Amino acid sequence: MLFTSYSFVLLVAATTLLYYVLPRKAQWPLLLVASGVFYWFAGPSFLIHLTVTSVTTWFAALRIGGIGGRLATALAAGKESLDKEGRKALKAKAKSAQRVWMLAALLLNFGILAVVKYANFAIVNVNAALAAFGSAEKLSFLTIALPMGISFYTFKTMAYLIDVYRGKFPAERNVFRLALFASFFPQLVQGPISRFDDLSKSLFEEHRFDRRVVLSGLQRVLWGFFKKLVVADRILPAVAAIVKNPDQYDGAFVLVGMLFYAVQLYADFTGGIDITIGISEMLGIRVAENFNAPFLARSITDYWRRWHITMGTWFRDYIFYPMSVSGPMLKLSRWGREKLGEGFGRRLTVYLTTLVTWFATGIWHGSSWNFVAWGLANGLAIIVSQECEPLYARFHRRFPWKGKPAYAAFEVVRTFLLMSCLRMFDTYRDVPLTFRMFGSMFARFDLARVFDGSLLKLGLSVADYGVLAAALVLLVASRVAKDRAGDFRSRLAERPAALRTALTFVLLLLILVFGAYGIGYDAKQFIYNQF
Amino acid sequence: MDELLAILRKLHADVDFEHRADLIDAGVLDSFDIVTLVAEIDHVFDVRIPAEEIVPENFNSAAALDAMIRRLSDD
Repeated sequence: MLFTSYSFVLLVAATTLLYYVLPRKAQWPLLLVASGVFYWFAGPSFLIHLTVTSVTTWFAALRIGGIGGRLATALAAGKESLDKEGRKALKAKAKSAQRVWMLAALLLNFGILAVVKYANFAIVNVNAALAAFGSAEKLSFLTIALPMGISFYTFKTMAYLIDVYRGKFPAERNVFRLALFASFFPQLVQGPISRFDDLSKSLFEEHRFDRRVVLSGLQRVLWGFFKKLVVADRILPAVAAIVKNPDQYDGAFVLVGMLFYAVQLYADFTGGIDITIGISEMLGIRVAENFNAPFLARSITDYWRRWHITMGTWFRDYIFYPMSVSGPMLKLSRWGREKLGEGFGRRLTVYLTTLVTWFATGIWHGSSWNFVAWGLANGLAIIVSQECEPLYARFHRRFPWKGKPAYAAFEVVRTFLLMSCLRMFDTYRDVPLTFRMFGSMFARFDLARVFDGSLLKLGLSVADYGVLAAALVLLVASRVAKDRAGDFRSRLAERPAALRTALTFVLLLLILVFGAYGIGYDAKQFIYNQF
Repeated sequence: MDELLAILRKLHADVDFEHRADLIDAGVLDSFDIVTLVAEIDHVFDVRIPAEEIVPENFNSAAALDAMIRRLSDD
């Protein structure tokens, strides 16, 4: 069930109606039923995966919580009799038992993810290695379908489990509540990857109907559909034409494809997240924001603080930090200082962890080498920019431009182009082809070829370009207005109901008139659904 | 505390670590700084900071960092 399908609109409408009509105690159970219905449409068998993950996570977390509770009781009972060493031994024993439960659940659930998502990728590479060594043997591929949203719900539930192990919050006792956290349908297929302590506050609260809140949520949903149907799906044919015909569209067309894909991906992903957050808002549920004007980032690290924020913080909190502060890494850090000197030796472990984290981020996006290359390229770019810090510092001492608007604009454009170049691994989905097209952008750059009428042979008419240009102006203007005067919807909420309703209808009308859909046109899958 | 301030100044010489209490909230320390700091604390104070202690409340100020180091070395 795509977000852009009539059945999804019907599901949301029916759920919202029942949510406010039924007794408030039934609100979160209703959301669990709605999530089950949503997931049933994706494939009834996928419900088994989701159930296994929810139940095993719930059970393991409950065991971890139970051990923690018994430890607290034992420590309280032995307050007088236990010395420092005795308390330490009790804590260590409990932690070790908790770790067993955590590792068992992590292994099982990441194991499921690894098998369904990465087994065939591993088989392709094993077969290639066997062929390279002259063997005629070949492993057979597994016929397993990838359950919808598995990367997202696995990450959400495993974060919950680790947080319970870390003692951040108590384990959830009700398995159905945990199942709803895992499966909450608006965010099941493309995030945001919410944390339990953040989402559960409003997910399980009882909510009264508030027309302003519902209308405001609906406005955000429509804004999301506007981005998806008017911008992302409209520009898609041009991106596809350029990417699928690399021999025809090389040189300056690569730059055009790169820029068009940046627009498509931004509108597609942020549009999808707007729909998710908007639906949640209609139900009174607060979902973490996933973007903060990423194309205004002034450095690559700044970009990753603004784009897919919940994914970035997940990798930071559950891979980058634990690995960086682990015993082996601290030992390596000491070794590095002794052998390689204070400076680089100190940075060595940070760089190593950065590369591992970005490798994981890359392969999380998809089981293919282009995503591995994309992840590692991001990690390398971050490391290079760190190593260049002294150089930048000297430059800024010599030329004190930092903070000036023109230099800030230069930083924004530089970061946008750098991230767009890295995204080519995602666009072309083939590592050698990506390098070839990147090279051709410089070797065969000829803007005249682009403007000789070729732009109109990419599946877009003059009218399409006009609609896209106007929509982009609207997108930029909305951001500028937000920066200058605050969130538009919050300000609109203070205005008369008639104006609010009228503007909502105008937005709906814009989508209906200018959206890329209709008879014979299939609204496209969101790009992030496939991850 | 002086040793801790010296470590912090090595990361960012231009920051007033003695008085600022928003090192994480204001983005003064990023994730690179934090893991470098953790390795430095392990090196200088022989105190291991586990991942669950890496939360803004423990890293927002030199005083909070100092309190965490004392607490962990007492454990």
